[in-house]
Amino acid sequence: MRSLGSGGTALPGLVVERLHDGAAGALAGQLSATALITGTNGKTTSAAMLARILRADDRAVIHNRSGSNLMRGVTASLVEAASLLGTLPRRTTAVFEADEAALSAIAAAAPPSVAVFTNLMRDQLDRYGEIETIARRWTEALGGFPGDATLALNIDDPLIASLESQWSGSSVRYGIEDPDVPPAPEGEIMDAVWDPETQDEFRYTRRYFAQLGRWHTDAGARRPVPQVAADQIDNAEQGVSFTLRFPAGERTLSLPAEGLYSVYNALAAAAAATALGVPPDTICSALESHQAAFGRQEDLLVNQRRVRVLLGKNPSGLNQALRTLQAPGERHHLLILLNDGVADGVDVSWIWDVDWESQAPHCRSVVVGGDRAADMALRLEYAGFPAPRAEVTRDTGEALSRALSGVPEHEQLVILPTYTAMLEVRQRFGRMGASRLWDVA
Amino acid sequence: MSANWRLNVAVLYPELLNLYGDRGNARALERRCQARGIDAEITPVVIGDHWSPDDTDIILVGGGQDREQRRVQSDLHRRGAALRDYIEDDGVVLAVCGGFQLFGQHYRGWDGEIMEGIAIFDAVAAHPGPSIQRCVGNVVAIWEGETVVGFENHGGRTYLNEGQQAFASVVSGFGNNGGDGLEGARRRNAFGTYLHGAVLPKNPRLADRLIALALQRRYGSDAPALSPLDDRAALRAHAEALRAAFSPAESAIGRRFA
Repeated sequence: MRSLGSGGTALPGLVVERLHDGAAGALAGQLSATALITGTNGKTTSAAMLARILRADDRAVIHNRSGSNLMRGVTASLVEAASLLGTLPRRTTAVFEADEAALSAIAAAAPPSVAVFTNLMRDQLDRYGEIETIARRWTEALGGFPGDATLALNIDDPLIASLESQWSGSSVRYGIEDPDVPPAPEGEIMDAVWDPETQDEFRYTRRYFAQLGRWHTDAGARRPVPQVAADQIDNAEQGVSFTLRFPAGERTLSLPAEGLYSVYNALAAAAAATALGVPPDTICSALESHQAAFGRQEDLLVNQRRVRVLLGKNPSGLNQALRTLQAPGERHHLLILLNDGVADGVDVSWIWDVDWESQAPHCRSVVVGGDRAADMALRLEYAGFPAPRAEVTRDTGEALSRALSGVPEHEQLVILPTYTAMLEVRQRFGRMGASRLWDVA
Repeated sequence: MSANWRLNVAVLYPELLNLYGDRGNARALERRCQARGIDAEITPVVIGDHWSPDDTDIILVGGGQDREQRRVQSDLHRRGAALRDYIEDDGVVLAVCGGFQLFGQHYRGWDGEIMEGIAIFDAVAAHPGPSIQRCVGNVVAIWEGETVVGFENHGGRTYLNEGQQAFASVVSGFGNNGGDGLEGARRRNAFGTYLHGAVLPKNPRLADRLIALALQRRYGSDAPALSPLDDRAALRAHAEALRAAFSPAESAIGRRFA
């Protein structure tokens, strides 16, 4: 049994960043390779998958921990890994999640050998600004990359595919090739309606979710062919299995995680690992044994109840998470925690862009909590949910125990928290003696 | 009395101007009409559509990123005269954020580029530059003696010309420009505001006002009175937004209107 640690991961970095501005750069110079992973959704899981692959390839790996993806989180990881004399183990590869707005600074301190771009979607507009602002920052960041860096690009997202033309070095394109992926529901929120450069509208022969899919424009631009691709995707409750195609051949694998976005996370990790020279067999066996990061499809056992925590921080990410809860006939006990801290997004209007309507028939009972519990409850009323069993503002512990007490033993509670609520949940569970399901099974 | 009451609600450019949960506004009108036995027909209007405001009772237009606003500009101008006639004929409008700016005289980007509006409101907006802080945060304003709550996030500052009425006065937040204490604009039955959230679900009195004005215009003295609804959830969300606007965290980062 493993108990869950406390939340804060950025403190050592903050201290060292203040003490010595060049600390990160000096340590980064000793790395044999660096992978940066950026994008709106999928950073944490893709980075964790890549770190696992690299360890399976017998490399020493430094990896910034869950969500600590600003500059100081990166510095903290480097400092923690270093000896007292300030040296890193030989043949060390760093895997850094890079906050999409902090990419330039992180790349300057830790120049990437490979940089993964997962997707670019609407997220916390009060913090990041408009999508165009992020796209512009990425273009600037590319200018500071070493010329021999390789980009790993999710070409199903037209905004990511367009980075290839802005980069003179090499790249590995990844995407989904399966023609039978179910299309996105009508009216689902979508951001990139047209190409920011040419103003051409993106059209789709098949759209998977948000602006991801098989896209083209009337002017003749189209989704390029991926070099690392997923095909024959079979989504089941125990996990998703698919064929993973590499330039050197294909393998079949099963992930202990659900949903199309899990496939994208695996593709991102596989593309980056391929760029770093890891053989396909190592990649696939490491992916198959991947365990979820907290809040990313992690299953826990708490007071004899199974608990699944699905982080929901923006419309596209949450719509995808909800889709994993909507098998025919499936109904869940839900706890939805909506905070409005800076890390959550102070603006909670995004909950109106989440397709709660399609979740309503799959809801057995619901408790709402967090700073903006009442906003959430109003949104659910509009979506046709059953009346909440409880509405608990602020006190996450109270919301948790109200939610748990309404779930019969051995049944499952699904928790959908925003980021800071997820940290609170983790802390509470640590105290309550929660354990990972696979450790007790 | 099973008179078939009906209101036609048009949502302008919902694919492009939908930045801040604005789809919640159409849902609020639809739901509050249905609860009173009024059919609310929601019609999305996209670029190039053959649509005129002739048989429309309420027009909603939301916010978008700058590039989306530029995208709709020429289509909106094509409809400018018809929209102005509609408003002179007391047609009801709720224009939020970018939509509010597009319904003004013009918007000057930080690069100096002018985007002409359709001049429903006698107001001009200007972006002071990329290094100047955006107006971001919870807002509380007073409209007809009551609080309206929402969230604002805009780089551009709006200034009302003399004689142009504001929609509300700011208690907490920036409002039009963070200086004159005014929020939004109102001309006849057209309301412009920077408040999103979405604004109508948690400000049910404002939603009902739009519905009542539209019913009055369509049915005159035969218009049905709006029966009270169970608004407990909406009013709790309203109270929570008030609390968020006045929380210590909010004032610590200097968002309070001084």
